[in-house]
Amino acid sequence: MTAIAQAWQSDFMWSFRRSPVAVVSFIVVMILVFGAVFAPLIAPYNPFDPATLNLMNGFSKPMQPNAFTGETFWLGTDDQGRDVFSTILYGMRISLFVGFCAVLFAMVLGVTLGLIAGYSGGLVGTIIMRVADVQLTFPAILVAMLIFGIAKGFTPVHLRDQMAVWVLILAIGLSDWVQFARVVRGATLVEKKKEYVQAAHLNGRKAAGIMLRHILPNVVGPVLVIATISLALAIIAEATLSFLGVGAPPTQPSLGTLIRIGQGFLFSGEWWILFFPAVTLLALALSVNLLGDWLRDVLNPRLR
Amino acid sequence: MKSKTALLAAVLLAGTSSFATAETLRWARAGDSLTLDPHAQNEGPTSALAHQIMEPLVMRDMTGQIVPALATEWAPSEEDQNVWFFKLREGVTFHDGAAFDSEDVVFSFNRAMSPDSDYKELLASVKEVRAKGKYGFEIVTNGPNPIMPSNLTNLFVIDKDWAEANNAVKVQDFEGGEDTYAARNANGTGPYKLVSREPDAKTVLTINENYWGKDEFPMEVTDIIYTPIQNAATRVAALLSGEVDFIQDVPVQDLQRVASTDGLKVITAPQNRVIFFGMNQGDADLTKDNVEGKNPFADKRVRQAMNMAINRDAIKQVVMRGQSIPAGVAMPPFVNGWTETLDKVPANDIAKAKAMMAEAGYADGFSIQLDCPNDRYINDEAICQAAVGMLAQIGIDVRLDAKPKAQHFPLINNLETDFYMLGWGVPTYDSEYIFNFLAHTKGEKYGSWNGTRYSNPDLDSQIVRLASETNLEERNLMIANIWSTVQDDVLYLPIHHQVLNWGMANKVETIVAPDDAAKFKYFTLN
Repeated sequence: MTAIAQAWQSDFMWSFRRSPVAVVSFIVVMILVFGAVFAPLIAPYNPFDPATLNLMNGFSKPMQPNAFTGETFWLGTDDQGRDVFSTILYGMRISLFVGFCAVLFAMVLGVTLGLIAGYSGGLVGTIIMRVADVQLTFPAILVAMLIFGIAKGFTPVHLRDQMAVWVLILAIGLSDWVQFARVVRGATLVEKKKEYVQAAHLNGRKAAGIMLRHILPNVVGPVLVIATISLALAIIAEATLSFLGVGAPPTQPSLGTLIRIGQGFLFSGEWWILFFPAVTLLALALSVNLLGDWLRDVLNPRLR
Repeated sequence: MKSKTALLAAVLLAGTSSFATAETLRWARAGDSLTLDPHAQNEGPTSALAHQIMEPLVMRDMTGQIVPALATEWAPSEEDQNVWFFKLREGVTFHDGAAFDSEDVVFSFNRAMSPDSDYKELLASVKEVRAKGKYGFEIVTNGPNPIMPSNLTNLFVIDKDWAEANNAVKVQDFEGGEDTYAARNANGTGPYKLVSREPDAKTVLTINENYWGKDEFPMEVTDIIYTPIQNAATRVAALLSGEVDFIQDVPVQDLQRVASTDGLKVITAPQNRVIFFGMNQGDADLTKDNVEGKNPFADKRVRQAMNMAINRDAIKQVVMRGQSIPAGVAMPPFVNGWTETLDKVPANDIAKAKAMMAEAGYADGFSIQLDCPNDRYINDEAICQAAVGMLAQIGIDVRLDAKPKAQHFPLINNLETDFYMLGWGVPTYDSEYIFNFLAHTKGEKYGSWNGTRYSNPDLDSQIVRLASETNLEERNLMIANIWSTVQDDVLYLPIHHQVLNWGMANKVETIVAPDDAAKFKYFTLN
């Protein structure tokens, strides 16, 4: 049996194959990620290059030739004459990039702090967890907006557009580490008391080594589940920030910025500017979330 | 028994009729007044709110005619042609009960001429102001000034004692971020009194029962609730759902929708306002570009190329949906000095513009930041975004930074932007107002809104001379000369003249004021 076949036969894949929700979600996520990654090859236009825009193409209806220029766009154009389909692909790149990086950042930060808090305990652990508790009392989006505002203040004006994405990652990441820290701390407290950890300790291994080589591999399951669910939340948080006008700039729109632009034309019948980005965001967030749910069920020993 | 019933009926009737006269108008527009200090910011929505609470000597009614307010009569003095005499209205009181007289007018004018005032350009030709008795007031100018009254229509009068008691003698330094008592409170003689104010959220006004003009004007609106709603869709939704009765800026994409809704109407009129871009052409180097050691805007060919690259018709057709008049000059058609030739829109010629960029040494273009408001003018951010695309076609890589006007305007006043959008309404209906604020070198008395760093001493002296030229024919010739220099130097990139769309419930009756200032004492309700 080859390795692939072996993996296919594993418990994990077996339960994946048995769950139609997981399969469909996975396919949807793959299609969207593929579209985002290969956007420059797939998209018929480059919406981030303002020189290629023709304002007269603005407000073209989907699949109908524009009244002035006669050009036809699959999903229509927005108020600036940008092809909605291309803009969604490019916008999704920003949404996914921000989502992945923010979760990665939150994960590294949260896991590190959680391990330290759980393993060393004492004053350090108390301080870390109290900070986490305080942060949990604020809605994550509020924390993200606060951090975004402060970070934007520190960014030099001429770098703001380039830095917007990184500031978003920082803001969302910092607002999201608490979940990781709490779960990892809990798991660490349990693992710490087990014989293998005590054995390592007696063997003279340093605390950092024990945390990384012995405890971390045993708490990684729940972390993966939280990471997946956090990804969906981070994508939505990015969209929310951009929708509120504090995220990605309008000249380089993410999905949230596109929805903000489209929302201005809801009453006037130009539904496609809002509808297609919104459906894409819904599909992306929902399928990632469903995948996360499925992962949680599979990895939860109590449900086996 | 019978008489008792009659009495009861009379009481009931009186009760209902007094309820019927309490008419609240809920008013919304995109942006709020920036400050209640009447001399701190010369800005449309700021004056528009101030007009409900405070009054100038003379004002423009809803048709744009100059009518009496705190002055009942005015004329150039017969003895001295450098003096304008104003006869003040007697028996007027401020909202706190203090009596109004010439002392308050002298105080307010001196305040408006102080360094922090944003109205000093309007009084640049004034040598001194003085009281002549309790109800007489004189303005002494350096030379005869034939158009003085039209400079005064937004110059509000406040109570001297109130200002002194509340540490408000000095004008609020708005650009410096100062907050004062007078910026949050108001004591005027106007038709409405301030009840409460939360900046950018809600301002409540109620009728001034002691208003001098209570019988002269309809005054059918008794209470006003003013809520700025920046988001266009939210603003329209508020009107459609009946949450507000009157919005001053129906988004162009929603005109049809509002007009075809039962119980709502839209009235449209051209506005006395032009929208344009300004460029820092005076500094040796720019801070927000990528060109080292020189200023690309200083080269006239670059400015001409930009003027040609902007497709004003496309902006009109798509961004404004036909609701604008493309402009070739930074002057609304209402203004004395406007001609069709001046306002001829430059041809949109990308090839020629590119050639001029190359000639100027910018064949590969350059990058620059454009500062733009997002709650002031109709579709301001969308216009800027469209300009980004058009300028990209000639190699200029524009980074757009759009923000609320409260943060945008100080950039212009403090010379912190190299490339910006501005709109200019002309309450005096005369070119001098534009020159004083926008073309004269920025300095003590003039040029407070000139963010271009443009300085032309010869032009400056022509502008200053305008104020005292009494021969109107000669004066118009001078105006034409100044415009030809301004146009030749491509001081500004004009975009278009705005068209106003006021949306309101059917019960509200008004006409559209060309200055976009709704004066509610003229409104009627049915």
